[in-house]
Amino acid sequence: MEITLDLIESHGLTTEEYEQIRKRLGREPNLTELGIFSVMWSEHCSYKSSRLHLKKLPTQGPQVLQGPGENAGVIDIGDGLAAVFKMESHNHPSFIEPYEGAATGVGGIIRDIFTMGARPIALLNSLRFGPLEDTANQLIMEGVVAGIAGYGNCIGIPTVGGEIQFQEAYSHNPLVNVFCLGIAAADEIFLAQASGVGNALIYVGAKTGRDGIHGVTMASEEFNEDAQSKRPNVQVGDPFMEKLLLEACLEAMKTGAVVGIQDMGGAGLTCSTCEMGSRGEVGVEIELARVPQREEKMTPYEIMLSESQERMLLVAEKERQEEVLEIFRKWDLDAVVIGEVSEGHDLTVYDQGSKIAQMPNKALSDEAPFYDRPSRRPAYLDELPRWQDLNFPEPSDYNTLLQEIVSSPHLCSRRWVFQQYDHMVQTNTAILPGSDAAVLRLKGTSSGLAVSLDGNSRFTYLDPRMGAMLAVAESCRNVVCCGARPLGATNCLNFGSPENPEVMWQFIESVEGIGQACEVFATPITGGNVSFYNETNGAAILPTPILGIVGKLEDLKQIRESSFQNAGDLVYLLGETRAELGGSAYLEHLGLPLSGPCPALDLNQEKALQDKLLELIAVEYIESAHDISEGGLLLTLAECCFPRSLGLAMEASTSLRPDHYLLSESPSRIVVSVKKEKEEEFLKRVSDLEVQKLGEVTDETFQVSVNELSLISVPIKRIFQVWNGFLDGVFEH
Amino acid sequence: MKFGVVIFPGSNCDHDTHHVLKSVLGQETVFFWHQDTDLQDVDTVILPGGFAYGDYLRSGAIARFSPILESVRQHAQEGKLVVGICNGFQILQEAGLLPGVMLRNAGLRFVCRHVWLRTENNQTPFTNACQEGQVLKIPIAHNEGNFFISKQELAELQENQQIIFRYSDAQGDVIPEANPNGSIDSIAGVMNRQGNVMGMMPHPERASEALLSSEDGRFIFKSMIDTVTRINH
Repeated sequence: MEITLDLIESHGLTTEEYEQIRKRLGREPNLTELGIFSVMWSEHCSYKSSRLHLKKLPTQGPQVLQGPGENAGVIDIGDGLAAVFKMESHNHPSFIEPYEGAATGVGGIIRDIFTMGARPIALLNSLRFGPLEDTANQLIMEGVVAGIAGYGNCIGIPTVGGEIQFQEAYSHNPLVNVFCLGIAAADEIFLAQASGVGNALIYVGAKTGRDGIHGVTMASEEFNEDAQSKRPNVQVGDPFMEKLLLEACLEAMKTGAVVGIQDMGGAGLTCSTCEMGSRGEVGVEIELARVPQREEKMTPYEIMLSESQERMLLVAEKERQEEVLEIFRKWDLDAVVIGEVSEGHDLTVYDQGSKIAQMPNKALSDEAPFYDRPSRRPAYLDELPRWQDLNFPEPSDYNTLLQEIVSSPHLCSRRWVFQQYDHMVQTNTAILPGSDAAVLRLKGTSSGLAVSLDGNSRFTYLDPRMGAMLAVAESCRNVVCCGARPLGATNCLNFGSPENPEVMWQFIESVEGIGQACEVFATPITGGNVSFYNETNGAAILPTPILGIVGKLEDLKQIRESSFQNAGDLVYLLGETRAELGGSAYLEHLGLPLSGPCPALDLNQEKALQDKLLELIAVEYIESAHDISEGGLLLTLAECCFPRSLGLAMEASTSLRPDHYLLSESPSRIVVSVKKEKEEEFLKRVSDLEVQKLGEVTDETFQVSVNELSLISVPIKRIFQVWNGFLDGVFEH
Repeated sequence: MKFGVVIFPGSNCDHDTHHVLKSVLGQETVFFWHQDTDLQDVDTVILPGGFAYGDYLRSGAIARFSPILESVRQHAQEGKLVVGICNGFQILQEAGLLPGVMLRNAGLRFVCRHVWLRTENNQTPFTNACQEGQVLKIPIAHNEGNFFISKQELAELQENQQIIFRYSDAQGDVIPEANPNGSIDSIAGVMNRQGNVMGMMPHPERASEALLSSEDGRFIFKSMIDTVTRINH
């Protein structure tokens, strides 16, 4: 087939990129080679718009065993163990086919983790949808949640936490970011590298079909009205197959005969072969006729570009390949030697013995083009309304306000969602969903890991740099509130088109903000994912960087929940409350326009607060700790009361208007409860912090007085019902 | 006391069950692969939770053809203990070792949460460490746990005291609001007529350590250990 301009364009390549391909090959590519280059040089695989900026992120630290560039990051967690984790997006597929899009996103991130030799122990997710008033958004959310549940529940990895926000900007472009955490022996990490000329390339898992061809190219473009026509690009997941693959791969790795392994995710066989070859500085040869196929008469182009799920590529020692194959047979899985590691540095593809493609591995991967795209501060930032100018009145009835706040989609309980996820399988879930961070115990040790995903797109819209720093700070704060020390980070950066200079500016600011914050919190970025082109009909999503922080809890006895423990305990607020309503859930609730300024974060002050809390937990002065974020102090206090159905008698004074005080989203604040007998010692320890006594935990009534004026008095059970049942009301009618 | 835990392709509570039996309760415990036929000399066989063969057809419908099921049937015929938890319960039903069938949950969604169970019969090898009517806090996690059976067979279950657990509230009242999946007669666990094969949808292995919000699952394991120890002496 002749390579025409139309053909080049339909592969998402520019004419300049095509020229580079010709130069690298010293000739015209054929159609198969063009297809291979197009997927490897897509934004999704090559990070061509982001690579330059991602280099600014801190990736080093004594705890880092593996930084960015592999299937997942790895940090040392002591006891000879390593935490292996990563986050990825599956936004585009989830809009087109919510169930399968979300399900295969989960499947993909799980493969990234066990590819490293780790057993996956937890899943979390970060979701963005359009407003629930719209049935279309309800259907997307229902499908996404069911897809995550369908995959995770079946494969037996608990989904233990996450977060959700709703904004109009996500109506035609929902976000599905999935995170997976695994545990491996620190000295038994597997890498996605081919080595040893003559070693066998073994294809294992599901057969190759025509599904998902050009999935990564789709994920590298904006959507228009024809989005639904891309449904055939979405893959279909089979969690049972992946469960077998997981068990069989971990078993095969134990033999010592596996020298490298990579999953076939985006760009399938193409990506796994050339990347393994490139990292290992070797050549790779494969024979397509040997690839297990689900459909008849597949062309080499289709086989190379298929994104059929649940497939892996292993490199095994030549003399021991039979040992490896035998394990996959036991698990009833296809396992076929499809090629071998070769001399040189090329990916060479044969079909029935005849050579049909040959390209340098490096040209496809490391040496793919990258761009320093132009960026420009967006014009909207100069036209943002200021919340102080909105002049909204103080509410006349705070009891009603509380009822309304807890039953807003932004702030209501996520129970309806996490109840559909098996969040207890593997019996490690020490803190159930709904607290600040998820905590997983590590069997065989006295320690655990805490994980939190966070991001607030309203803040990043108002100020991408500050918003990104706030996301890192909140994620770390959540981990600290459970008693764990943050150790490492991953991120998922969701933005519009990088070809739009204003989007590029948002991206660069966010990356730099993440970098600044991760330096201060000593949480290096160990990997992550960039998702550009989140636009439909030219309208981009809000800039949405999501942070995932993993922390270590040295002693499970020091685990702290967000909920108050006993009536009679004293309640204190650590940190300063300022009149910061910009981007708040309160304004959103009032139906006011998204207004600035973004709350301001002092990184050093935040770090000092977090260190102090860990110190207080270590000396056992703290009964519970809950960070303040969306919904401010008021929602935080209500959430502290809900789990044990306890009440609160609060009497606070403030110079702010009471609703500003109660619903401000100033960062660097934590609500703690303290036993009466420890109050004096506690106060001595926190003398260097801004501290405010709020009151006392009581039996059943939620009472709030501000400046000696009683504002709220309501049975906690009544508020709980409203908060707890909101999503049922939306979905179960 | 020796336990055997069966691994089907797609089992996912196999290691959890093994962990509780061996590391928490200190019992000798072995794994069986679904193609094994020799149950060695175990006293009790446990079919754990999970999604055997993906449950794409009907829960347990394929697993019941696994070679090990014949040996399990033999084990049961000898009067030894067999327990199915969640997916294991569904497999035992499909194999005809336990009565009833499972429909999809009444709410048509997967449900994972703690529930309360009232012990309806504490004169069984699975519950004799429980008080009469004792209420246990144990989690469920399933999509198809809506126990269904004909009226006549239900009457027989009731008559023969084969219903071991019913979903209740924290006080032990069996009320419709406490039924998480629509099960007929709020049935959460039953045994066979002979009283040596038991199935339950809730997961006792997830409620056997203080760290995991409840230790009530231990009553069930302890009952079996006590029973077998008594018989063996």
